[in-house]
This record gives sequence, structure tokens and C-alpha cells, in this order.
Amino acid sequence: MSEHARHRRPVSWRLILSGSWLAIVIICAVFAPYIAPHDPLAQDLLLERLPPFWVSGAEPGYYLGTDGLGRDVLSRIIYGARIALTVAFVAATAACLIGSTMGLVAGYFRGWLDQIVSRIVDIWMSFPPVLFSILLVAVIGTGLHSVIIAITAIDWIRFCRVVRAETLVQTRMDYIDSARAAGFSRLNILVREVFPNALPTIVALLSLEMGIAVIVEAILSFVNLSISTDDPTWGGMIAEGRTIIHFAWWVLVFPLIALFLTVLAFSQFGEGLRDRFDPVLR
Amino acid sequence: MSPDKATARSYLDIDDLSIVLKHQPTHRLLRSVGLHVMPGEVRGLVGESGAGKSMIGKTIFDILPRAVEIVEGSVRLGDDELLKLPQSARRKVIARTSALIPQDPLTALNPVRRIEPQITDRLTRILGVSKSDARERARALLDEVHIRDPESVLRNYPHQLSGGMRQRVLIAAAFAAEPKLIVADEPTTALDVTVQKQILKLIAEMQARHGTALLFVTHDLGVVAKICQNVSVLYGGKIVEDTEVKSLFARPTHAYTQALIAATPRYDRPDESLVPVPAAVIEATQHEIAAADDAWLGARQAGGRR
Ligand SMILES: Nc1ncnc2c1ncn2[C@@H]1O[C@H](COP(=O)(O)OP(=O)(O)O)[C@@H](O)[C@H]1O
Ligand SMILES: [Mg+2]
Repeated sequence: MSEHARHRRPVSWRLILSGSWLAIVIICAVFAPYIAPHDPLAQDLLLERLPPFWVSGAEPGYYLGTDGLGRDVLSRIIYGARIALTVAFVAATAACLIGSTMGLVAGYFRGWLDQIVSRIVDIWMSFPPVLFSILLVAVIGTGLHSVIIAITAIDWIRFCRVVRAETLVQTRMDYIDSARAAGFSRLNILVREVFPNALPTIVALLSLEMGIAVIVEAILSFVNLSISTDDPTWGGMIAEGRTIIHFAWWVLVFPLIALFLTVLAFSQFGEGLRDRFDPVLR
Repeated sequence: MSPDKATARSYLDIDDLSIVLKHQPTHRLLRSVGLHVMPGEVRGLVGESGAGKSMIGKTIFDILPRAVEIVEGSVRLGDDELLKLPQSARRKVIARTSALIPQDPLTALNPVRRIEPQITDRLTRILGVSKSDARERARALLDEVHIRDPESVLRNYPHQLSGGMRQRVLIAAAFAAEPKLIVADEPTTALDVTVQKQILKLIAEMQARHGTALLFVTHDLGVVAKICQNVSVLYGGKIVEDTEVKSLFARPTHAYTQALIAATPRYDRPDESLVPVPAAVIEATQHEIAAADDAWLGARQAGGRR
């Protein structure tokens, strides 16, 4: 009887590929001092704008070339992963905790709680998010903390809306009534029955939002509102690379690829996780 | 061990129960409903869709939708007046004594939880049964509802089971805590015709074995004729007939019931032609309901002024 088949889908390629890339980025971020071939801040005007290794004129050891100040691009990308991931993990996790909790509570208890939450969401939504974060950072000042706060402040909304919608769907199911009839408290049902149903969605969104946080951080760096300009960030590198694109394309292209792959990997990893851990085939 | 009718006391007593929409408190969804179920009795609750059958069930389990409100009446389960108890005590009483077999087995099981905890939760977390005992009990119950290979079903997720299997699981779960009363709310409506018969038989079999009082909600008089001893007929939130099943078919007292019987296929007289409920009967019944509503409203307003 196929009804009784054990339930384990094979790990998908999507999960393997995105997971591998994220693992590489995480290892780079954690062990940057051991992996980076050079000091990411060391300038050397004699080594200015060296091309990547396969182009003639490349200097051995500077695999992805150097930027306008002679700094090693690969080393800067590796160190840039630190800031990108710190912001991604901290901001997306904070946004997830705040947004999911509010979404669960609003969707499950409804009533005045839901009214308040929905009103806040409406107001928040009326601001364009990136502009809002730029404005926030401009007001509370630049620096890693501000960036994290700004991203959290715009990202929790998405968790809140998605989780609230999912919770509303679940509360209409008969199993909620059955659990009530069996004597369980509302809080108990919220935690043990409703939350596990929202979890796959939350996990997928968390991963996606980490990717978005990486982009927002890059944008903030790009417009020079993130960390001090010396610290290597992908957004900052892209901004610098843009100005010398005609002489040294690699300064722009490699951090852009790192950014693109990381964002893609986060979203694909989230989708893959949901497919794998949601027991309901969607 | 059927109780002596003359002296025994009913296990479920619903008296004078009126439910309204909160934002429209003169419109009653249930109209002074009285419903009584003796220990071990199988009572049918019949009515067309929208009559308020589920509302009665939801009242018993204290799971009424937010939009409605009980304005009058009492619900007694065993020795407990439910509506007089504080909420937590009320929920305890309900959890200990009663269980629900819901209509739609698709949404009545939590899709992301395995079957085992969904059967044993109430035992382990409300009634304090040990985990291994509860597990043993769940396995035995799945045997009782004729599920082959209970071990693997306990480990399954709901979507791995067919509709009929899920309904079996839900029946097992309902009997898990040996309740005194089970309310089955149209438990076969969502199932295939062939499966319907099996499930109906299973519910009757389980009821007989455990001696549980059963309130069987349905829109099908034919099903009532098969498994119920007594029957209450609901129309527009009002009980229009309350009688033994035998006399329901022999001597229906209310015009609506008579018409309903004429509109129901008879297993014993398959050749008889069916007559849909005539408009005149519906009109007369609604008239009767309107009159009752007027009287009720008048009494309430008089009561309010005092
Ligand atoms: N959540 C709700 N809010 C307001 N009215 C409802 C709600 N659910 C059901 N009703 C109304 O209550 C009446 C009785 O519904 P119900 O008990 O579900 O009927 P039945 O189970 O007999 O088909 C119907 O007229 C229906 O429109
Ligand atoms: Mg119903």
C-alpha cells in the first residue's frame, strides 16, 4: 500500500548547490584572515588595477586582480562576506522573530490585536522600503548597528503579513476546533498546532529575507550609508568599481557575482528547505 | 446495560438554547432548542443544510464562532452545568467527557503532525496518561477501527492516508478517552458512497461496543432510520419534532417532518415516488417560527424592562 510509504524525498540539486555556495560564503566569512591571500586594506599604488589571473599583465597571487588603490579584490570579497552575512543573519533573524510573532498572534487571536497590527503594517507599507531604510540610516547614523536596525525595520513587515495570512488559513481548519474540544488552550494550540504549519513558510521566507538583507546592505554601502568606507563591503566595492568600469571591469564584476550568487543561493535554499520539510506535498 | 427509561437521567441536556448573531441580536440562529441524550443512546439530529445542526454541536464543545453568542439557555453534561462554569473548568469537563467526530476528515487532522500524537495528545497532555500507555491505547484503537498495520499508520502524516482511513483515525481518536458522549457531525458527508457505508457501520459498531451516547448529526433521514433510536428534527434553528425513530416514520406529527419523510428515499420501499418538501409546508413552518420569534422577543423585552 503506497499510503504507508516512508516519507523522505531525496535531497534536491537546488538544495545541494545553494547550500554549497552558502557554506563557502560562511567559511570565507568566519575564516577570512586565514583564507584571504592579502590584507584587504593594504594599498599598494604599484599594484594598481591589476587584472584577474587569466588576463595578460596579471600578477601571481592576485587571483581576481586589484582595485584602483592596489587592494586585492579577492581578499576584499572574502572580508566583505563577513559584513554581508552578519547583517543578513542578524537582521533577518530579528525581523523574523518580530514579524512572525506579530503575524501569529494577530492571525490567531484576531480582534483588536489584529486591528492594531494590521494598521501598523498598512502605515509601514506606505513607505517605499529601500527609501525608508536609507532615511532611517540617515537619521540614526551610519554603522553596522544602524544598517541592521534599518533592515529589521523594513523586513519584519513581510514576515508579519505572510505568517498572518497563513495563520488565518489554519484557524479555519477543523483540527483547531478538535483541539479546542479536546481541552487545549488557545496558546497551546497556537504553539503546537498552528506554528508548525507556518514553519516551512517562515523558514523559506527567512532564507529569502537573508538574501534581501544582503542586497539592502549592499545598496546602503553603495550610497555610502553603511560602514566606514575603508571596510570592505560588496556594495562599497560595486560603487567603487562602477567609477572605473572602463579601466578595470573586474573591480565591479566580481563583487557583483558574489552578491548575485549569494542572494540567489539564499532564496533557493529557502525554497528547497520548504519542499523538503513540508510534509504536505504542495 | 441500557438504563431504565423511566428513572434514568439524560447525560446531555440542552434546554431553551438561543443563539444570535452578535451584530444582529434579534436574529436567532438557534431558537429555544431543547435536546436530550440518554447515556448510551443514539440520537439523530436531522435538518437541512443551514438549519443549525453544527451550531448545536459547537455549543456543546464551546467552540462557537466569534460572530455568534448564546443569549439564553443551559447545557448540562453529566453533573455539570457548562454555561455556569468558568471557562477553564468547562473545557476540562468537555475534554474528559465528550468527543467530536468532525465532518471533513481532510481538515480535521493537522497536516504537519503525525497521526500518533493526534490520537494520544488528549490522553497524555490533558488526562495525564503515560506516553507508553497512550501509545498502546492508540494502537489498540486503530485495530478496533479495522486499520491494518497500525504501527506504520501511527507514524504517517495525514496526507498519506485516504479519506476513509482518516475518518477511521478520527473515530479512533474520538473514542480514545472513553468519552460518555460523542457528537458526530455529518461524519460521512465528505466521503465516497462506498466508504460512507463502512464508516457508518463502524461508528455504530464502536458505539455499541463502548456504550457511548451518540448524537449523530445528518441531513439524511435514511441514515437516521438505520442507526438511531431517537431523533430530533431541526428546521431553521428550531426543533420541530422529537420522537422515537419508529414513530417518526409511522406517525410524524409535524407537517415539515411528514414532508421530509416523503422527500427521503426509503430503503424498505424503493419504488415509492419521492415528493419534494412542498412550498406550503415550508411557508407554514416559517410562519410558525416567526410567531415563536415574536413571542420570544416580546418576552425578552418585557423581561428587560422589569
Ligand atoms: N461563523 C459564522 N458566523 C455567522 N453565522 C454563521 C457562522 N457559521 C454558520 N452560521 C450560520 O448559522 C446557521 C446555522 O449553521 P450551521 O449550524 O453550520 O448549519 P448546519 O450545520 O445545520 O448545516 C446558518 O444559517 C449559517 O449561515
Ligand atoms: Mg453543519
